[in-house]
Amino acid sequence: MDDMSNPAPARSVLEAPDIARALTRIAHEIVERAKGADDVVLLGIPTRGVFLARRLAANLREITGHPLPVGSLDITMYRDDLRLRPARALARTEIPGDGIDGRLVILVDDVLFSGRTIRAALDALGDIGRPRAVQLAVLVDRGHRELPIRADYVGKNIPTSLRETVRVLLQEEDGRDGVLLGVREHAPAAER
Amino acid sequence: MSENTARTLIRDARILGGAPQDVLIEGGTVARIGGALEAGSDARVVEADGLVLLPGLVDLHTHLREPGREDSETVLTGTRAAAAGGFTAVHAMANTFPVADTAGVVEQVWRLGRESGYCDVQPVGAVTVGLGGRQLAELGAMHDSAAGVVVFSDDGKCVDDAVIMRRALEYVKAFDGVIAQHAQEPRLTEGAQMNEGAVSAELGLGGWPAVAEEAIIARDVLLAAHVGSRVHICHLSTAGSVELVRWAKSKGWQVTAEVTPHHLLLTDELVRSYDPVFKVNPPLRTEEDVLALREALADGTIDCVATDHAPHPHEDKDCEWGAAAMGMVGLETALSVVQHTMVETGLLDWAGVADRMSFRPAAIGRLAGHGRPVEVGEPANLTLLDPAYRGEVDPAAFASRSRNTPYRGRELPGRVTHTFLRGRATLMDGKLV
Amino acid sequence: MKRHLISAADLSRDDALLVLDTAEELARVADRPIKKLPTLRGRTVVNLFFEDSTRTRISFEAAAKRLSADVINFSAKGSSVSKGESLKDTALTLEAMGADAVVIRHHDSGAPHRLATSGWIGGCVVNAGDGTHEHPTQALLDALTLRRRLVGGRDRGLGADLAGRRITIVGDILHSRVARSNVRLLTTLGAEVTVVGPPTLLPVGVERWPCAVDYDLDAVLAKSDAVMMLRVQRERMNDAFFPTEREYARRYGLHGARMARMPEHAVVMHPGPMNRGMEITAEVADSPRCTAVEQVSGGVSVRMAVLYLLLGGSEPAVGTRTTEENSQA
Repeated sequence: MDDMSNPAPARSVLEAPDIARALTRIAHEIVERAKGADDVVLLGIPTRGVFLARRLAANLREITGHPLPVGSLDITMYRDDLRLRPARALARTEIPGDGIDGRLVILVDDVLFSGRTIRAALDALGDIGRPRAVQLAVLVDRGHRELPIRADYVGKNIPTSLRETVRVLLQEEDGRDGVLLGVREHAPAAER
Repeated sequence: MSENTARTLIRDARILGGAPQDVLIEGGTVARIGGALEAGSDARVVEADGLVLLPGLVDLHTHLREPGREDSETVLTGTRAAAAGGFTAVHAMANTFPVADTAGVVEQVWRLGRESGYCDVQPVGAVTVGLGGRQLAELGAMHDSAAGVVVFSDDGKCVDDAVIMRRALEYVKAFDGVIAQHAQEPRLTEGAQMNEGAVSAELGLGGWPAVAEEAIIARDVLLAAHVGSRVHICHLSTAGSVELVRWAKSKGWQVTAEVTPHHLLLTDELVRSYDPVFKVNPPLRTEEDVLALREALADGTIDCVATDHAPHPHEDKDCEWGAAAMGMVGLETALSVVQHTMVETGLLDWAGVADRMSFRPAAIGRLAGHGRPVEVGEPANLTLLDPAYRGEVDPAAFASRSRNTPYRGRELPGRVTHTFLRGRATLMDGKLV
Repeated sequence: MKRHLISAADLSRDDALLVLDTAEELARVADRPIKKLPTLRGRTVVNLFFEDSTRTRISFEAAAKRLSADVINFSAKGSSVSKGESLKDTALTLEAMGADAVVIRHHDSGAPHRLATSGWIGGCVVNAGDGTHEHPTQALLDALTLRRRLVGGRDRGLGADLAGRRITIVGDILHSRVARSNVRLLTTLGAEVTVVGPPTLLPVGVERWPCAVDYDLDAVLAKSDAVMMLRVQRERMNDAFFPTEREYARRYGLHGARMARMPEHAVVMHPGPMNRGMEITAEVADSPRCTAVEQVSGGVSVRMAVLYLLLGGSEPAVGTRTTEENSQA
């Protein structure tokens, strides 16, 4: 997560309606590219990716008329920066009942930054099963990739400097929807 | 050496804490006491302004480890430690290898003491052969030897057989000897590792109940009364023991008792660290016990302070609690601990300290020439102490060969600056001579 | 700063919940085709066992291996240790091997504490049972089992403590490291603990423990949510702790009729290995109310959680900071 104790006033770059529109668009793109999304499994990356995955699942159900499996994938134990910070509490990994073997797994996260989270998620997936294919949906792509990873579905591209912070707020976790752009106090450490 | 044996003038010393006076030592005895004495040009002058002058301290309970465990202490290193702590006489306990249970061994220890020159060494003889508790050692032969043994003890082990204890008490009456009992009922202390109570219950260490000490004391004071003998109780550690000794004394029985400095200060709470430096026999007890022991030392129920100086090599303490040896060194910190626990609490004045650390232990051991008042004509066995000093205990500075002190890094008051053994300085300005 | 798990007292309520919640998440790894996480790759965990305990050793070994740590098993029996090598020299050897964590089982109370505080080694120390002192991971796995059974629900009690649950621990309290750790931990988690046993097997000083003490098992059964039966060694009889096995079993053993007096939801726990016929009858041991087997399976998850939280980050996640900071990650 990005720095929370940001002294500079954060600038809102996405409001609630923007987020809703972005998710609807992504849902349509998924249906289009996945040809009906019949074998799609949505896996959100905790914390906010899980809520986004559930929202996408609801959108997809409206479009396709049938429910599709949604779960969560905690990547903590696969992070490459574990030893840089204190050991942290684990979040829930919840793989839908039919598993992921032979399915199209779409990973869902709030912000795509360095790409390291997604690398960890791919490693974690490999220990759980063998999907037909893996795609990535993010609400915000803020650039600064450190690995050869790209998103298949992007809510909004927000070019940022490394000194800036991107903070996604969601109703389920934060009481309201929004994306804030701020400036961090300390030297940047690319987390995502 | 010649300079050291010449005349010494101690200026402005507070004898037993009294008003400053000059003390002139000549030919090994106190020659004059008074104001503004003239020393003469050949005399060495010790400026003792602010220092307290005490009779040389006497320890009834010292483990010098020689013969047998010279890796932890020798008579020489132990007596140097004694001099550094202000002692002019120590009683060397019998649990050496071989055990001091014959005239030969006690004479060897006695001779080594004489050769060291730092402190008189009065050997303690074993009560039973090999400290085995079953057969009386040749108590008479040890008494008749050059060492002139008066105090007998199986210390480290309890003379637990009531008949053997009774016989020993009776037998030494013939030469005014005394049995110093290590009161520890063996069956009640099998596997015991620390005081039995709230802390042992928490730490899961084998409990050492107070009653294991008290039951033996109760039995032995009754035995001593029955046969009309002297009994001395080593290292009292519980409030209950104090009550028993108080009761025995009230009956007029010939019972004396000692307490160690560490039992006057430390409690079993320290065992929570599992640091074996706090492992000792008898074990550290509770705050309540500590306060009862202080009070008993103050009112005379407990006759004296004895160090139970018990040196151990580093490896015997640098290990897990269960594998560690029991015991603490104490000669070089005894007076500081007594100042801290008894003088600064108002329980004893310096005259009281002289009584509990010199007069009474010497009397119990029937030790000639020690524990004498600071008066003209008396042997110049003297100790000077700077009571204003405050400092952290630094084991590296010890004269003892061992470092197993529980006071490492602890601030204690008082510092022995000079010790004189029959007029000869063994310690000058805090340095061994 | 606590870098070690020596005593259940090292754990605050939040620490304990973090361990239990982490263990619940890690328990799910056991259901995956690949039961391994890469988290402790390159880290070395030494199982230093001065006492035989195949069960505990295997449990720690499985936990470390599932986290991809390298595991070295160092059994003191038949090694240089039994030939007089000191704990210190053994520790220095392990330090030279680069042990990141030492899981130690020792017959002396306090040996793990000593290992952790002596400066002999730099790694984390995990107490796997010391003398008659503590066995904190056993208490944690007991708490995990209790939470699953007594709180339960879809999330198996995730996030919940044991507030108000009445737990009775029965048997040789005096010699039991399991009892000591459980009294501390369960109390920390809000449970009301009662220890029951013959007075000879309750330590002097037990009245200062944060629990109730009773000599009468029948008096407390009806108001217990869980009854934890401790193993009672038959040899204790020779030291006169109790007269005969038969009398012990009659007064303090759990049999079918006694179990029937427990509330319907109440469970029977046993840390194992069981002395059937002594502290527990076969009927009780094999009943669905007995959690002995569940306790064992929870053991690997709890030990994974402990190793992860102590070793997985730049510094341990338990016992070091406030919960608020913990939850920030």
